[in-house]
Amino acid sequence: MKRLAMLLPAVAMAAALAACGERPQTISSGNKGDAAAFNGTQNHFAAPGWTAGDKRSWEQGLKARMQNSQNEYSKI
Amino acid sequence: MARMKFVCDSERCIECNGCVTACKNENEVPWGVNRRRVVTLNDGVPGEKSISVACMHCSDAPCMAVCPVNCFYRTDEGVVLHDKDICIGCGYCSYACPFGAPQFPASGTFGVRGKMDKCTFCAGGPEANGSQAEFEKYGRNRLAEGKLPACAEMCSTKALLAGDGDVVADIFRNRVVQRGKGAEVWGWGTAYGSKQAGQPPAGAKS
Repeated sequence: MKRLAMLLPAVAMAAALAACGERPQTISSGNKGDAAAFNGTQNHFAAPGWTAGDKRSWEQGLKARMQNSQNEYSKI
Repeated sequence: MARMKFVCDSERCIECNGCVTACKNENEVPWGVNRRRVVTLNDGVPGEKSISVACMHCSDAPCMAVCPVNCFYRTDEGVVLHDKDICIGCGYCSYACPFGAPQFPASGTFGVRGKMDKCTFCAGGPEANGSQAEFEKYGRNRLAEGKLPACAEMCSTKALLAGDGDVVADIFRNRVVQRGKGAEVWGWGTAYGSKQAGQPPAGAKS
């Protein structure tokens, strides 16, 4: 009886502490991080006329490309 | 810069499938997967229209909302991308997408359905820009090369426009003013939130 009385609190304490060992199960995915496009690329196919890492020049380059390649009214 | 958008001018699309071919070639998309395809509306009816359809990179993307593993993310330019290392191929995004954009390769790491594949606006994925790993999983990262998506740059009639939403809308508006018709942009309202745009003409079959 005395042994049972000692064992029960020990089991209860072990059960209470069990939750402390649980790993968090929240999803931390989807935010791995992606380098911004204006930082440029590793390959050698980059279009000329802009500087990698300079967001403004990248935007200007793309806008010029849009007008030159997609807006034929600007060529008339 | 405003966010990146696609516009397909149905007055100009001649259903040549050049955009589909350009996309498949540029990104080495496998058989059975069509990131982009050309759809004909009211096929066979006088006045039928064709449009090129792919992921529209929606402002409030439903695929992002339903993904149970949160594999989608949006770049600063508004391009909706996903991480194939996280995707479990459940197909929820396929049901949620109003454009039928998500594709599921029959062969792949995840058995029958495979990990989802879709148009990336030629912006690759989370791997390093222009790396071999990025190319193998997502295709070319043309945005990081200072280029526009291959489908739009290859379009022979310039029906498919891609790029900064403000510039693209400006180019399209100018066209409509010049020709005096064809102001309807299929999918624009659904993707980017305008209630006026994208409404089918009265009496249309589909």
